[in-house]
Amino acid sequence: MSDYTASEMMIAVAARHLIDARTVFVGVGIPNIACNLAIRTGNPGLALIYESGVYGAQPARLPLSIGDPTLVTGSTAVMPMNDLFMYYLQGGLVDVALLGAAQVDRFGNLNSTVVGSDYTHPKVRLPGSGGACEIAINAGRILNITRLSKRTFIEKVDFVTSPGFLGGRAERAALKMPGAGPDKVITDRCLLDFHPETGEMRLAALYPGSTVEDVQAEVGFALAVAPEVGEVAPPSAEELRIMREELDPSGLYRG
Amino acid sequence: MTDKIISMKEAVQQFVPDGATLAIEGFTSLICFAAAHEIIRQQKRDLTLCRLTPDVIYDQMIAAGTARKLVFSYLGNPGVGSLYAVRRAVEKGIPRPLEIEEYTHFGMIGRYTAGAAKLPFFPLRSNTGSDLPAHNPGIKTVKSPYADGEEISVVPPLNPDVAIIHAPRCDRSGNTQFWGLMGMQKEVAFASQHVVIVVEEVVDEAVIRADPNRTLIPDLIVDAIVVEPYGAHPSYVQGYYDRDNPFYLDWGERSKEVEPTAQWLDEWVYSLPDRPAYLKKLGAETLARLKPGPALSEPVNYGIYT
Repeated sequence: MSDYTASEMMIAVAARHLIDARTVFVGVGIPNIACNLAIRTGNPGLALIYESGVYGAQPARLPLSIGDPTLVTGSTAVMPMNDLFMYYLQGGLVDVALLGAAQVDRFGNLNSTVVGSDYTHPKVRLPGSGGACEIAINAGRILNITRLSKRTFIEKVDFVTSPGFLGGRAERAALKMPGAGPDKVITDRCLLDFHPETGEMRLAALYPGSTVEDVQAEVGFALAVAPEVGEVAPPSAEELRIMREELDPSGLYRG
Repeated sequence: MTDKIISMKEAVQQFVPDGATLAIEGFTSLICFAAAHEIIRQQKRDLTLCRLTPDVIYDQMIAAGTARKLVFSYLGNPGVGSLYAVRRAVEKGIPRPLEIEEYTHFGMIGRYTAGAAKLPFFPLRSNTGSDLPAHNPGIKTVKSPYADGEEISVVPPLNPDVAIIHAPRCDRSGNTQFWGLMGMQKEVAFASQHVVIVVEEVVDEAVIRADPNRTLIPDLIVDAIVVEPYGAHPSYVQGYYDRDNPFYLDWGERSKEVEPTAQWLDEWVYSLPDRPAYLKKLGAETLARLKPGPALSEPVNYGIYT
C-alpha cells in the first residue's frame, strides 16, 4: 500500500510534463493543481490560460469553475472570449493543453459529447465540446488526464468531439491542423504515449506497483507496448507536501 | 440624453415576446438570473435560447417550459455536473420537447462575431475532424479564394431578437462598462436586434467618460436599462459579489428530479413578485457571505488635451 493517492500520482506526473512549457490551457480540478505544482517545482514562469478569457491567472483559492472570480483578480490579462480563442489559441500561443474525456480511443480521439452511436437518442448525453475541439486542433500538444477503465479506453469513440490522430498521424497531418495533437495520456496506473509514425497509443511507462497485465485489463483494445517500458517515479516528498499543504489542503481533488 | 431606465417587468413584457430568439450570455459571471426569473413568471413560451453554456439559468427556464429550442456549446453545470432539466427536456420531452443546435465554444463565439459584424459567416480552425458537422448542417466549409486554397470550417451568423446583458455599471443612456470576465457580452449586444442592459448600478455620465476604455457597449445599441443589484445571483459580478457555489452544488442535487425542481421554482420565482423580494428571501447573511474584500486597480492618466 502506497502513502499517496492515485490522484496525487496523476497530478505529479502531469506537473512533470509541464516543466518546459511557457503557456498552458487549463481547466479546474486535477489539471489546475498540476499546473500550480509545476509552477512551484521548477517552472515558475508557466502562465495559466483559461477559456473564460484569462491569461496569467494566479488563483488565490481552488476555483470550482473555470469562470471563478479568483482567476481574474491578480491575473495578467482578462479579455473577451473571442480575443482568447482567436489570438491566443488559434494564434498559436498555447504550448500545452490539458483535456479529459469520457472516452479515449486508440488514436487519442476524445469523446465528451454522447455515449451511444445515436447522436439524437444517446445513452448518455455529455456536456459537448465547449472549447475542447478547437483546443485539440490548435494547442501545441495535448496532455490527456484520464483514469484507466475498459469503458473509457475503447477501440473507437462513439463521437469524435476533439480530434486526436483520427485514423493515424497521416490523417491528422493531411488536415493541416496547427497543433501536434495527443502527446501523453496520464492515467492512474501508467503513462501512455503515441507511436511516432502511426500515432497508435502505447504503454510508455508503468507506475510503481502496476504491471503490463494490470494496464491491459483496464483497456478495451489490445494496447501496444513501447519497445522500452519505463517506470515512473512516485510523487516526491516535496511534491506531496506542496499538494497537501498549499494547493489542495481540503483534499477535494487529491482524494 | 434619453433616460432608458425601466423595470424588469416592463423590459420582459416589451422585449421578450413568445417565440423570440433570446440570448442571456455571461460566462460564469454576469449571468442575468433576474431576467430569467421574470421571463418564467410571465410564462413566456416557445423561446429559442442561445448561450455558450446554458448553465443553471437555462436549466431553470427550460424546467419552467419557456423554451422550444436551445443553441449552445457546453451543456453542464460548471464545476458541478449535469444540467438535469435540459436533459429531461431533450431525452424525455419533460415538460416539453426541446430541439437542440450544437456548436463548439469557438463556433458560438464566431456566430456572434459574424452576427455583430453583419458578415455571412465566420471562418475558424475548429470542427475539422470532429463528428459535430455531421450532426449540424449549419457547420460547413469554404475554400479560401487565395493562393493556398485552404478548406476552412465556417459557422453562420447568429442575430438574436433580443439580448439581455448583465453588467457592473452604465450611465442613464446605456453606455456600459465591464471588468472581470467579459464572456461574449459585447459581441452578443452588437449582434442582437434589441438590447436590454441590466446593471448593478447606474452612474453619472462623467464616471463613464473618466474611463472610456472600459466602455464595451455604447448607448447607440441599447434599448432599455434595468437597475437590479445582485441581479446575477447565483452567478457573480466581479468586485460586487462572489459566485454562490453552494447554490450551484445544491441545484446539482435538487434538479435531478422533477418535483424538487418545480418546488424551487414555486418558492423562489412564482411566489415572489420581483427581484427585491428574492433578495429579501435570500437574506442579508447570504449577501454578506458573498461580499469580496477590495482589490483596487491603480488609476491611469488619460491626460488633459486642450
